[in-house]
Amino acid sequence: MKLRSAFLLPARVWMALFFAAPLAIVCAYSFLTRGDYGGVERPGTLESFARLADPLYLGILWRSVWISILSTALCVTLGFPLALFIARAGRRKNLYLQLVLLPFWTSFLVRTYAWLFILRDTGLVNTVLQSLGVIGKPLPLLYNDWAVLIGLVYNFLPFFVLPAYATLERLDPSLLEAAADLGARPFATVWRVVIPIAAPGIAAGAVLVFIPCLGAYLTPDLLGGGKSVMLGNLIQNQFTTARDWPFGSAASMVLMLASALLLAALMRSRVARELM
Amino acid sequence: MLGLYSACALIFLHAPLIVLIAFSFNSGRFTIWEGVSLRWYRAALADSQLAEGLINSLIIAAFATALSTVIGTLAAYGMWRKAAPVLSGGLYLSLVTPEIVTGVSLLALFQWAFRFLRLPLGMHTVVIAHVAFSIAYVTIVISARLRNYDRTLEEAAMDLGATEWRAFWRVTLPALAPAIGAAALLSLVVSFDDYVITSLVAGVDSETLPMVIYAMARRGVSPVVNAVSAFIVVIFGILILISDRLQQR
Repeated sequence: MKLRSAFLLPARVWMALFFAAPLAIVCAYSFLTRGDYGGVERPGTLESFARLADPLYLGILWRSVWISILSTALCVTLGFPLALFIARAGRRKNLYLQLVLLPFWTSFLVRTYAWLFILRDTGLVNTVLQSLGVIGKPLPLLYNDWAVLIGLVYNFLPFFVLPAYATLERLDPSLLEAAADLGARPFATVWRVVIPIAAPGIAAGAVLVFIPCLGAYLTPDLLGGGKSVMLGNLIQNQFTTARDWPFGSAASMVLMLASALLLAALMRSRVARELM
Repeated sequence: MLGLYSACALIFLHAPLIVLIAFSFNSGRFTIWEGVSLRWYRAALADSQLAEGLINSLIIAAFATALSTVIGTLAAYGMWRKAAPVLSGGLYLSLVTPEIVTGVSLLALFQWAFRFLRLPLGMHTVVIAHVAFSIAYVTIVISARLRNYDRTLEEAAMDLGATEWRAFWRVTLPALAPAIGAAALLSLVVSFDDYVITSLVAGVDSETLPMVIYAMARRGVSPVVNAVSAFIVVIFGILILISDRLQQR
């Protein structure tokens, strides 16, 4: 048993010093007052949290939640049929799974940049449409909520497909045959048999997409261009330009708490235990 | 119907990267195809900022990968022997913690520590941060491997007189070698790719490649970014495929 403790020690120390302690510091800062030169000072106060209720910041919070809900819904719509298709693909299953995962592992930054390249004024879509004579001047495709939405769905779709696939793969094919024998059309079979059985996987996938969307920073920054501000951008701004660390810390705590609660809900589900 | 829909979803996942790679070979400056050329790759190679970013990224990724692979492998083995709920809960939490929160909290820690240690931000702070978020990836890969590993092999070694350490070193570790390789490659990729956390804890002398690319992308149109991006996509793709193969072994 001594060997085991020695093996666990480096990870415990590293995670305590560079994961738990930083979070504890931010938690403490969120209850302090902003200093004259950007640092933090006493006395302790709840003012930073109260400021989050300010209509301006409430708007940003609301927008983050709303964009995350929309992204999740789009991932479900796009990802569920894909997961079902892969689960029923027989021998080619692994090939298709690899196809879903491969772009996911190629640089997050590059994948977001690819959409910048496609959507900007001199980008692919506008250039093609202009040369076809469909439009006269470029459409404003970039730097709005839609661009952010596309970027988020694109980046996090595999997070949904994987758990959805995991539950669908174990679906007993004889259930589908039974439904068909009893006269159900394919759509009715999916709606009344497949979806209820796959519900835990769908829920797990939805949570796995929602968490990173809520805390997104890079995608709204690059594709939203500062116009589409989400919670992540607010935090970054408070720690850099605005130098209001207590307020940035309070916003971080809210985001952290939301992510941790969602993770806790996810871990309690059966699907998560089987996936991990 | 389902097949067609799925094909569209797969095209949605791949088309942007394929288009980006294709246009990195375009000889023109704009998004109109003018012919094949390596012009932008040559321009990328000649760019001193990109070169410096690449070197910094490689140094950081090398240190971060080495450290996180060792720490993560030991931890996965420890947790396999007997569950460590606090540590494994913390590792999962570190995976879902938004990058921006990890970044600002590490920044707060380093600034606070600076008052006592006089240690400014730099390559070392980036390495520390990268190790902190890579350990979880390493433990997940190694743990997955250990789940299918036969416990009795170690017991047999110890029955034959091997010490606990020797059984680990001579029996279990060799069996884990492919998984360790896979974990190291994964850790290399996540370290090399990170922008959000890195940009917050990097010093003036430690600009990484993603930071240079990010600045270029924000500034606007430059096909040089396409060339660098295409290069990264291909290299990452190869590394991940190797990592995947190793995990299957």
